[in-house]
Amino acid sequence: MTGDKFTRRKVLTVAAAGTGALIGGSLVTAPVSPASARRASGVPGPIDVVLQVNGSEHRLSLDPRTTLLDALREHLHLTGSKKGCGLGQCGACTVLMDGKRVKSCLNLAALAEGHQITTIEGLARGDELHPLQTAFIERDAFQCGSCTPGQIMSGVACIAEGHAGSPKEIREWMSGNICRCGAYDHIVAAIQDAAQVLKG
Amino acid sequence: MYPFTLERPRDLQAALALRAQAGRTDAPVEYIAGGTDMVQLLQEDALRPDRLVSLAGILGNQIEVGPQGLRLGAAATMAEVAAHPAVVEQFPLIAEALLASASPQVRNQATMGGNLLQRTRCPYFRDVGYSACNKRIPGSGCAAMDGENRWHAVLGTSNDCIAAHPSDLAVALVALDAVIEVQGANGQRTVPVVDFHRLPGNTPHMETVLEPGEVIAAITVPPNPFARHSHYLKVRDRASFEFALVSAALALDINGDRIRQARVALGGVGTKPWRVPQVEAALTGLTLDPAKLRPAAALAAEGAQGHGHNDFKIELMQRAIVRAVEIAGGRA
Repeated sequence: MTGDKFTRRKVLTVAAAGTGALIGGSLVTAPVSPASARRASGVPGPIDVVLQVNGSEHRLSLDPRTTLLDALREHLHLTGSKKGCGLGQCGACTVLMDGKRVKSCLNLAALAEGHQITTIEGLARGDELHPLQTAFIERDAFQCGSCTPGQIMSGVACIAEGHAGSPKEIREWMSGNICRCGAYDHIVAAIQDAAQVLKG
Repeated sequence: MYPFTLERPRDLQAALALRAQAGRTDAPVEYIAGGTDMVQLLQEDALRPDRLVSLAGILGNQIEVGPQGLRLGAAATMAEVAAHPAVVEQFPLIAEALLASASPQVRNQATMGGNLLQRTRCPYFRDVGYSACNKRIPGSGCAAMDGENRWHAVLGTSNDCIAAHPSDLAVALVALDAVIEVQGANGQRTVPVVDFHRLPGNTPHMETVLEPGEVIAAITVPPNPFARHSHYLKVRDRASFEFALVSAALALDINGDRIRQARVALGGVGTKPWRVPQVEAALTGLTLDPAKLRPAAALAAEGAQGHGHNDFKIELMQRAIVRAVEIAGGRA
């Protein structure tokens, strides 16, 4: 449509930079607590962080405030993990840390050192999709797709934990992932399908 | 998020020397462990420490069960403790409370120590757009008092703060006489969980008895006869991944059809995890007859004060106790 000059990602990157500046500006007017009033000046410099993501090692220099999610998206350009709420409530940023599902928005990147991170980009083997990815397509388990990477990463862990026995159990153990389109019935069905495939 | 320096000390001694202050809103140096609550608080600017001291990898995460009871390293995660076979078998109340908390992702990361130190979910504390919050900014007032206070406490409140304590785990631990091992640069001390959190009084920004530099090192729970008759009842606005409006941790020792000994603690209604010894005493010797249980449960409302939207909690907590006794006793 617009050729290769303006890809969707480039446009999003520019838009995100603009939003950040606005947010930064509005924070200055917020009520100030004693702790911040004591701060003399200056922002601490970047720190060296080594992340292991999808089997590769990445050496980064990051502001200490950088969350694992922002490191993945903004520094490693792995934009599969989505930033929904940024507060651990929606689950769109779910990744695996040493095989266990966590919310990447609730981790500081610097404290994720030494752990093996798996994102949605690391799930398929070459062109062969993970059984849960296949099941999501077959069961039409998404509409807008924004929550889908988080749903799939969480679902993979849900199955591996042995919590995909019944629809009721799946609903309870997938409660950390919100779908505003309301595709829950199909998500539960996809997880049931994939659990069967992975068992067999 | 306001800027901070991130300290990643090599061992616990080095961490303690940095004298971070847990559980105080105005602390210039704070700890971060699992980080599930701390990162939220930083993201929302509710806390603005200059330095953040990471406890990752330097606190014990052991889960031990023996003749002395249960010992949980402060870094053990909620998921690890909830799934531990000996915890499930001998301390089911703790496993139930944990599984009723948060989401699977959060439980994989959140620690025992951090759970006890998590901050209130009072929206006026979390949202810095509100200027009046004595817990966040001492002396600024309390927007919850005349605001939306459906989630707030009815027990242990003060004129300065009515924020409810959000932990489910702490309620179960209080019921089971758990004790916290506190580690400081100058040595160890023990604090019963029931004495760990402060009432808000006129200093709601000081939430625990921890001194600068101190950390929760471990939690111990003595052996008890309650494994067969306990229940954690959690009443909330949605079935999962939600904080309690009212919760009741019930542990019974039953002889025949009579209650020999009862432990009762409440969540969602107190400014700290709330044990109700007067209810425990009244339950002793009773059968599971609901007509007898109700007057005993009513004693929990002694001193309770609603603030409008949360008035319903005073009735609800009494019903929750009765229901939890029936379930724990095997009647319901």
